[in-house]
Amino acid sequence: MDYTLADLQKWGDKIEETAKGLGLDFFPQEFEIVNYEDMLAYEAYVGMPSRYPHWSFGKAYERLKTLYKYNLSGLPYEMVINSDPCIAYLLKENTLLLQILTIAHVYAHNDFFKNNRLFKEGTDAKYTVESFKNHAAMIRSYINDPSIGYESVEKILNAAHSIKLQITRTVGEKILTDEELRQKLIADYKKKHVNYSILEPYKPLEPPDLSKVPLEPQEDLLLFIMEYGELAEWEKNLLEIVREETRYFIPQIETKIMNEGWASYWHYKILQKLELPSSFYLEFIKRHNEVVRPVLGGINPYFLGFEIFKDLAEKYGQEKIFEVRSLERDQSFIRKFLTQELCVNLHLFEYVKKGNDYVVEEVADEEGWKEIRNTLSNSAGMGMVPLIRVSDMSRKDKTLTLEHVFDGRELQKNYMEETVKYIVDLWGHPVLLRTTLNGKNTTLVCDENKKIKYI
Amino acid sequence: MAIFRDFSPIERDRAVEDRRRHRQLTEESIKRNLADILSEESIIGESKNKKIKIPIRGLKEYRFIYGKNVPGVGSGDGSEKKGDVIGHDDNGQGKGNNGAGNEPGEDIYETEVTIEDIIHYLFEDLNLPFLERKKFSEILSESSHKRSGYQKKGITPRLAKKRTVVEKIKRKQATIKSLREAELEEEIGRFPFKEDDLRYHRVKETRKRELNAVVICIMDTSGSMDQAKKYLARSFFFLLHQFIKMKYLNVEVVFIAHSTEAKVVTEKEFFHKVESGGTYISSGYKKALEVIEQAYNPAFWNIYAFHVSDGDNWSEDDNKAIEYAKKLCEVCNLFGYAEILPGVKPSNIKYKYIEKIKDHNFVTTTIDKKEDLWPALKNILKKDSKEG
Repeated sequence: MDYTLADLQKWGDKIEETAKGLGLDFFPQEFEIVNYEDMLAYEAYVGMPSRYPHWSFGKAYERLKTLYKYNLSGLPYEMVINSDPCIAYLLKENTLLLQILTIAHVYAHNDFFKNNRLFKEGTDAKYTVESFKNHAAMIRSYINDPSIGYESVEKILNAAHSIKLQITRTVGEKILTDEELRQKLIADYKKKHVNYSILEPYKPLEPPDLSKVPLEPQEDLLLFIMEYGELAEWEKNLLEIVREETRYFIPQIETKIMNEGWASYWHYKILQKLELPSSFYLEFIKRHNEVVRPVLGGINPYFLGFEIFKDLAEKYGQEKIFEVRSLERDQSFIRKFLTQELCVNLHLFEYVKKGNDYVVEEVADEEGWKEIRNTLSNSAGMGMVPLIRVSDMSRKDKTLTLEHVFDGRELQKNYMEETVKYIVDLWGHPVLLRTTLNGKNTTLVCDENKKIKYI
Repeated sequence: MAIFRDFSPIERDRAVEDRRRHRQLTEESIKRNLADILSEESIIGESKNKKIKIPIRGLKEYRFIYGKNVPGVGSGDGSEKKGDVIGHDDNGQGKGNNGAGNEPGEDIYETEVTIEDIIHYLFEDLNLPFLERKKFSEILSESSHKRSGYQKKGITPRLAKKRTVVEKIKRKQATIKSLREAELEEEIGRFPFKEDDLRYHRVKETRKRELNAVVICIMDTSGSMDQAKKYLARSFFFLLHQFIKMKYLNVEVVFIAHSTEAKVVTEKEFFHKVESGGTYISSGYKKALEVIEQAYNPAFWNIYAFHVSDGDNWSEDDNKAIEYAKKLCEVCNLFGYAEILPGVKPSNIKYKYIEKIKDHNFVTTTIDKKEDLWPALKNILKKDSKEG
């Protein structure tokens, strides 16, 4: 360690002052200096100081450790969680300059958490740490309950984790009650009835089926199962916990590129203003370039986000980027602001898999760049998660029908089968999944005994 | 102003419990795959440290993900043109394989275990207690290493220090001499060791011939030996080989496969050969006797022969089989017959063996299911330790 806590405090204060001067607006900030092992653990638990026990976190830890051991992934310099006060972990082994750069980076994340619409509407920063702690305590109490125990809890968690991302995607959207939905369907029907076109022959409209469950396709699988399934109270609570924690992470998933780009943009700006001693300057430039360099064949979110924000600031001024960081998410950010010029400068290309080869499909020319932009936008954030929703539940035999909203991308078959089996674990009755495989409409049927067939 | 703290308010190494559970699940998954490992991999004659890759089932975190036919975007160096091939998917690590936000495929698909791990798991799976190796260790004590001369390469513990110094002095003298011959009056100061000076003791291993053992595995590979039978046969031979290895420094294994004819085969062939048609057990025994006569003089070798079959022999061969079995008993330390998963009818051949073969070093056993393996082995080894 080539620094003391007092050094960090001194630089931290200076950085905070500078960040404020530049217009960043953040929660109170706390830093914790941790060693390498602790950092791995924090990463495995996605930064949460307290988390319920599950083997998948152990697996994440082993995986991260292996990746670092074989140098497949860089050391984590920092980890920030979206809470008020904002908590960040700094790696003890960092050099002083690296700590300075990281602290500046953290302040920008903090600003992003406080001001981006998705975080503002979708999470409650004041209670973040506390609610994760409560969840952990509750799950531990089920594990210690002799009538439940570790394995029963694990079984439910395994299943809940498998569909945790099958959740409402619109952050902050109000969930309508069944009664409200019914009113809406009736109103829509009436409106259509009145507004039919006089130029077309009259066709009687089908009235909406108001006894159907669900009334409209339901994207929130865990919520649906909690409501209509036959689960015990403690099982429902587990699902609710998994669901709530997922909702906390959705804004992070949805803004990865923006968030990292924003933080990189500002650590660069702040460090330029800090009047660093010349001995630090070279390391600063070197480290910064390491963070925002392109990954050959892939997308480095730090790099892409940084370049777009830089481009926006140059073209439209600082006001504009503050507005963008408040309103957008990765999908809209890319769709609106990734220009052809940027696609060319960043050497972006689109590839597809043909046989065993990855082949370049589009390059950033006049026609190609739009394809590239759209593909990137469609696969950003939750765009990488297939949309599966509940379309019907049979009242007679409780068969659950799911539909995969097909957008040209097919599901991975093995993962699909195993996930449906998990759903049967929770549902207890047959589950159907309508999807498209090899270009054909197919329905997967999984019975109570987890036997799978296709029809 | 920000707060900086130099400690973690949480307990040390919080991931311990979840990592333990993860490892436990991994091991369970390995155990579930043991049948595959035992019937697919060459393990019987291999070294303890051989690593075997096995797929781990049940540890993937399944969820709905897109398949591989999904387009991705990457950044390049500007030289990419439409139609360029930028990577392959042989091991999933192509250049173009890290699409934006593309996470699937990150799971650990397989793990490596050593033969020793497998023994460990197998014993656990069979609920076998670990054997006390001590019991046999005295017998091993006579192995000896004799120093004989020096060599330039070797391991550190065998460094011959005196000899190395001598080599260095020789080199120094030679340097001085050649300097003098060239009439250069140069003072030689520090004169460090060089790689070339190092000498190691050459060690000759002297093996006592009578410590050698050979295990002759004879298996019926006729059509009636199915996968389940082979799993049991393989586990049986594997464990047996492990036991014999505890007693001898040098254990060789010979595999003889027979249906109506017998052949010496490799381990791989031994377990993968499927022949159709009938069975002449005698052919296997005859082959074993030939092998012994050619390569393993009973005066120098401890010979263990075991025959595994489902007992489905052609009756005209029975008398011949008994005759050869008796001959085997004469040359072997131990000759065993293990009958695996006999059919509904009681087998004649085992019955006949018990009736006709009275040699004290002959054993028979029946294995119906994996739980029988341990009693069967104990039964056989009891016999052998009495001999020993």
